[in-house]
This record gives sequence, structure tokens and C-alpha cells, in this order.
Amino acid sequence: MSNPLADMAKPDVIFCIGTNMTECHPVAATGLKKAIARGASLVVADPRRTRLAEMADVYLPIRVGSDVALLLAMAHVIEREGLIDRAFIENRTEGWEEWRRHLKAFSPEWASAICQVPPVDIERAALLYGRGKPSGIYYTLGITEHICGVDNVQSLCNLALMTGNLGVEGGGINPMRGQNNIQGCGDCGAETFVFPGSVRIDDAAARDKFAQAYQRPDLDLGQPMTKVTALQECGKSIHAMLIDGENTVVSDPDRIHCEHALKSLEHLVVIEIFMTETARLAHVVLPATAWAETEGVATNTERRVQRLRAAVPPPGVAKPDWWIISQIARRLDVPGFEYESAGDVFDELCSLSPTYGGLSWERVSRESLNWPVPTPDHPGTPMLHVGEFTNGRGKFRVLGYRDPAEVIDSEYPVWLTTGRRLQSYHTRTQTGRASGIDYLLSEESLEIHPQDAVAWGFRDGDWAKVTSRRGSVKIKVRATERSPRGTVFASFSFADVPVNNLTGSGYDPTTHTAELKVCAVRIEKSSG
Amino acid sequence: MNSAPSSVRSILSLDGQEIQFHDGETIYQVARRARREVPTLCYDERLEAFGACRLCVVEVEGMRTPVASCTTKAAPGMKVRTTSPSIEKHRRTLLELVVSENRQVEVNPLRGYASQELTTLADRYRARNGRFQGKQSGRSHRQDDNPFILRDYDLCISCYRCVRVCAEQEGDYAISVRNRGFATQITTEFDHKLKDSACTFCGQCVQTCPTGALADKKAMRAADAPGEIRKTRTICPYCGVGCSVDLMTKGDRLVGVQPAMDGPANQGALCIKGQFAFDFVQHEDRLKHPLIRQPDGTFKEASWEEALDVAAEGFRQVLRKQGRRAVYGIASGRAPHEAAYTMQKFIRAGFGTHYIDNCSRA
Repeated sequence: MSNPLADMAKPDVIFCIGTNMTECHPVAATGLKKAIARGASLVVADPRRTRLAEMADVYLPIRVGSDVALLLAMAHVIEREGLIDRAFIENRTEGWEEWRRHLKAFSPEWASAICQVPPVDIERAALLYGRGKPSGIYYTLGITEHICGVDNVQSLCNLALMTGNLGVEGGGINPMRGQNNIQGCGDCGAETFVFPGSVRIDDAAARDKFAQAYQRPDLDLGQPMTKVTALQECGKSIHAMLIDGENTVVSDPDRIHCEHALKSLEHLVVIEIFMTETARLAHVVLPATAWAETEGVATNTERRVQRLRAAVPPPGVAKPDWWIISQIARRLDVPGFEYESAGDVFDELCSLSPTYGGLSWERVSRESLNWPVPTPDHPGTPMLHVGEFTNGRGKFRVLGYRDPAEVIDSEYPVWLTTGRRLQSYHTRTQTGRASGIDYLLSEESLEIHPQDAVAWGFRDGDWAKVTSRRGSVKIKVRATERSPRGTVFASFSFADVPVNNLTGSGYDPTTHTAELKVCAVRIEKSSG
Repeated sequence: MNSAPSSVRSILSLDGQEIQFHDGETIYQVARRARREVPTLCYDERLEAFGACRLCVVEVEGMRTPVASCTTKAAPGMKVRTTSPSIEKHRRTLLELVVSENRQVEVNPLRGYASQELTTLADRYRARNGRFQGKQSGRSHRQDDNPFILRDYDLCISCYRCVRVCAEQEGDYAISVRNRGFATQITTEFDHKLKDSACTFCGQCVQTCPTGALADKKAMRAADAPGEIRKTRTICPYCGVGCSVDLMTKGDRLVGVQPAMDGPANQGALCIKGQFAFDFVQHEDRLKHPLIRQPDGTFKEASWEEALDVAAEGFRQVLRKQGRRAVYGIASGRAPHEAAYTMQKFIRAGFGTHYIDNCSRA
């Protein structure tokens, strides 16, 4: 997030797109609800009529995967109406003239044909966002899990740059991260494109620094490989994997392909707290300590670095992940794994990461700060982009709309989109084992519009067989006006309804993020 | 929420002492800052002041009767007394009335974060003497079979904190008030179960209740377990918001979770997962020993030495046969920094590649 969570109660206009915040980030949503109670306006773009959508002043039920078209048209209206921040554009951005000329072609009428929402609503949304002082953007995986995920994010950046909504309280571009430490995982360099501190791997100076620190003179300059590629390479160029705490088989798209990939490995080691579907495929399964048993650090969605503390002993002989990984490394004679505590590991990270330079185990145990924290006396950085951008000027990216990897046709005539539900989390390895959750959510169901239910001959509770080009699942039907006509929804939480058998139609070419939010399916009656 | 104090500063007299205050602060806020122990039952600093319990009354020079300090704004030159024999007597009488209505005053602290407030005040004011023969006004909702929230309204004192926190803090408006005066009842739409209301089971009502009338059913499973309750501050394991929580333990048992009221990301708020979905940790399904797959496909328990040797040997073999570009690592967005950092170091230092990624692309 560019802005702190505390800012969520402050915008004049809130623009939520591709985020089911009341279910996926409920506590963050309380901030928005307070802003609305105070009189802020809310614009929501989401194919599904979520609780957030029902709270909106302007709700745009856009067709799945049509976000770029909507955002181009909003930019078009903002430019046409002169709602731009001239001073901000002149002082802090580049590429404005080209972007301005590009926009002329993308009217709300043009977008309406793609997004399937009335032009007048696109106008209203654009005017609200453009006039807000400030306007804040909030988004989640509904923006990134598309083949055009990068274009979606850059379209949002363009809107914020045009209107000067960066570096101001209550404004900004704010992705809500889905996992407790997914932000921290990237901060630590556990991502193929970056070193610890989010420095890119094709930066020669950084490469030299880590080659020396890790005593690895032949460390690659560049040459990333994403997980998506790695899974495709299993059994071809990739022959061994170490997986730490990820139920890849259930959470990733195209489950059948994924399972096949992991089975073709010569050697698979999984560090886990439960015997997950993924752990079952391993040659060695190593038991890790869980939350509430592990000392450590996590970074939340607003870049706040916080201490995790252990309160109970682990079961059996389970050990912290860092200990297990270090023990394997030491057996392979990899130098630099002589850690004696979580604090040793964290202090090494801080010594190598510019954004964590001013942090230490001792300091995070005392206070929680938002990175970057470059020096020990630095107070942290709740808001990014104040006064200047780290990389110079903010660039307008000229981009256009393209269809999802897969569009509906006569054989697969229905859109499927996926997501989470309030009461369950990911593949339910945790919430599925928490008592009481079943009382509220005991099984998965396919949400379809009541009129579609009638048209397709379904009643609530009937079984349906849903088929995509990659596989099929059986699932109970639930009629609800949350789904628009022609689009159905399910979560991927329940192992007995492996919705990710269906997904996986395509990937963003830059980030390799899977298009989990769109695929084309066919729905038939089933006996269950 | 109380409006944020502005920078304008004035002075008032509090129990004869001059105290600076910000424009917009209430007398109660000023008194709290000056470490006066003004009692309250209906007050939760995250909510609009309500002025219902009247325990926080103070004397203000020039005013005929005592005023509720939580709803009265501080004014320059005000002369305030937070305590006097008549104020203390008033407070004690009020507490005796409140206590007379309740089936019990002493409740288990596992019921909720604020559940000890009435107990503590009753002791402080020696108000357990049964001076009044009270009738009970609250009717418990015994049909509500939800596994999370006990609705023991026999202990309700109609402070409305639950209703207010649901509306003001959560924005859910799932519970409301029926009837008036002594017949007041906390209820849901049509008096049904919480499951059939707008309730999301975030637990906020439980944690703000000052009498334990609303209680954490999951934590209460350990009410009779031996040992003192210990609290350990940590961060919720679910989404990326990073809510601060206190883990409640008895001995080696994790018995519940309470929100941290001063948590920077949540200010006491939680959702159903953070509040109630903690017991996966000590679930019987947890992996307890390293496991090695046998030729027949089954897993055999092994010692750490044995399992780590097999784990390392597999990587060594692949490295020898297929080279350093044949090994890949996947880190977890659920594990702490120390896990993610060592994972990427294992790949970069061990094999000289960047063949490391995490679950954010899935």
C-alpha cells in the first residue's frame, strides 16, 4: 500500500475495484465503513454484487476481465472534464501528452460495450473519483489475477497520477495483500525477480553484493524463473524442489497439471504443519512449528514490520522453518547457515536489505514501523511518494484493452470467477481444522443468478457438473443475486470441490500471475 | 469514535491541579490523561461517548448537578472535581443497583477482554452487599446454538456497548435494542439466532462487554482447565492486515485469542478468523515427526538426523546429475521472514540461481 491503513477512514472518495474487502480483509473494511459513515462516497467495480457493492454510491457490475476498458474510459472522462491536477502532472510525471492523446479514443460508450455497464455510470464514477480531494484506490487479486494484471495496476496508477492522488493523506494506490506475510516474503527476496530489499536481480551492484555476502561468485545476473515456469519445467529441467508451507496442488491453477508436475520430480521435500495434498507427494516431509509456536517477524499490507511471538510449545519434534532449511543447507556445505535463533536470521536480513537497514531484532521487538526504515534513528515511512517518487518521475503508461486468455463461446458459454469467503481461508488447512467454522460454512457451492438457475433448470442444492477446457468438478448450486447473469462464482477452499481443476487459462506475461479470476465453463446437471 | 483533538490548548482545573487540554477533549479524556481513576461501564474509547451508566459523573463548579464527564467537553477555566464524598456515594449506589440486577458479578476472565470491568468496580466500591433486591431484566438467548458467542443476558446491564461497537466499529448493525426502561433487551432482527442476522461473528461485542453477558464460547471450553491465564502479544495469522492479538494460554494449551486494543492495524478489531479460528494450532492432525516416503509409497516416521540426511542427499544427487539449474524453491507467504529469508538464501547461496518464488502468483 502506498498509504497506511489508518488512512482508510480519511478519503473523500473511495474507489474499490476487484476487492471483496468485507469478506477478505474485514478489519480493513471497518475503516472504509467509517469513512462512509462520515460522508465519503464509494465507487465499487466488481462483477459480483458483494456486500461492499451494496454500500456503494456508484456500483459498476463490470464483466469479468474488462477492468482496463473501464479504467481507460474513466481516464477519458477525467481528462475531458479537466479534473486533472496540472501542477502534479508538470512537476512529478512524464508521458502526459502521449497519454492524453491516447485517451481520446476511449469513450464511456466504447467501454460500455466491453464492460456491460451503462456509459452514464462510468461517467458518474469518473466524475466522483476525479473530483475527490483526496480519492483513494483500493484493490486486491481481482485486479492482479488476470493476464492483463500489470495493465490493470498501471491503469490505476495512471488515474492516480492524473489527479495527483499520490503522496497525499487518504489517497494513494493501495493493494490489500492476502496473506499475513506475503509482503514480507517478497521483502526477504523469496521472489525470483528480487534480492532482499526488493532490489532487482539484474542490478549488477546488488548481484555483486550478494555474490560476496553469500560466498557464491557464480551467482546469476538476472535469469529469473517464476513458479509457473518451474511447474512447467518439472521433469524437464527442474528435478528437485523444496516447498515451504504452500499447498501448491490445491491453491494453484490447473490442479491436474500441477499434481502431475510435482509427481515427475526426482526429489521433493516439503516443510509443513499438516499432511496437505502437496505434502503427500513429497519424498521427505519435515514438520514445522506453526503460528503461536514460532518467534519471528511479519510485514503487513501497509509495510508495517511486526513481531510474532511464541506462546505454546510445538507438537512432537517440530522445528522452526529457518532451522530446518539451515540444517539441509549445512549438510550440502552451503556456507552462512550457522544461525542460533530467529533473531540471528532477521538481523542478517536487515544488514543486507536497504529498506530494513534501520531495523533489528531488538528494535522490532520494541516497536512496529512501516518500511523503508533506512537508519536506526529513522521513524519509518507510513506514506510513500510524498514530494517525490523513488525512481524519479511517475510515468504514464500508454496501454490498451485486450480480452482475457479465454472468452465464452458456444461450447463454454458461462464465465467462472473465483475468490474467497469470509469464514474460510485458502485451502482450509487451518480454518477447516478450527472448530465451529463448519456451523457457518460447511461446504462449497456454485453461486449463480436466480434467473440463470431457472433458465438452466436448477434449484438450490441441486448438483451441477462444471467443465472447462482443463477439467471438471461437481458442486452444489446456490441461487443468489450476488452473481450477475451469465457469471458464476466459487471459492477454491474445499478440497472435495477442487475448483482449480477448472482455472488456469492464462498468465500475465510479465508477472506470470495466473488468470484465476476468469475462465469459460459449461454447466450441466449432475446426479451428485 | 471521538473526534481527534486539535492542537489548540487551554487550561482547566482538575481536583485543584491545572491541566492543559486540547480543543474537543471531554472532561473524561482529560481526567484519564491526568491518571484519575474515574469509573465507567458504558465507555469504550473507540466509540462515541454514550453517557448511560452515569458512573463517570464529576462536579463542575457553577453547575447545579454533577455531569457525565464522558459527554461533557472540557472548557477553559472549568473547575472540575473528579471525586468527593457525595460523588463516591452516588457511584456506589449506582453500582449497587447494577449489581442487584445481575445473576452473578464474578465471571471467568476467558469470557472476554472487558469482562472484568463490573467485577472490579463492585470490589472497588464494596458494592456486593445486596442492599437492593433486584429483579433481572435480561433474558438469555438459550436457543442460539452458535459455537462462538454465548448470549447470557442474565448478566446484561444495558450499557449498549455491544450494539454500539457492532454499529460504529464494525458497521454491521446486526444487533439492536428492543423495548425500553427495565424491559430493555439486546436482540437481533425478529429476535432470531445470530446466524440468521447480519452478524459476521467478529467477536467485537464479546470483547467490549463489561459483565461477561456476551462471552467467548470457544475460550470458555478451558474455563475449568488448571493454570493461570497468560497473554502473549503477536499478530493474527490470516490476511495481510496484520491485526495485533493476545494469545490466551493456560499452561501449554492455547485456549483463545483476544484483540489488542492498541494494535496499530486494528485498534481492537478482529474478524471471525482472527477471533475464533485459532485451534488448528493444537489440532491432532499436526505433523509431529519427520516422515520419509518408502518404496511402497507409504510414509515412515524418522529422526531429524535421518530425514535431514535423506532430504539433503536428494538435492546433492540432482545437483550432481542435472546441475545447479535443476533445483527450485517455493517459499510461503504464511511463514515469518526468517523462513522466507533462509529459503531464498538456500537457493541463491546453495545453487547460485534465482530459482525461488512464493505463493503470491497463485
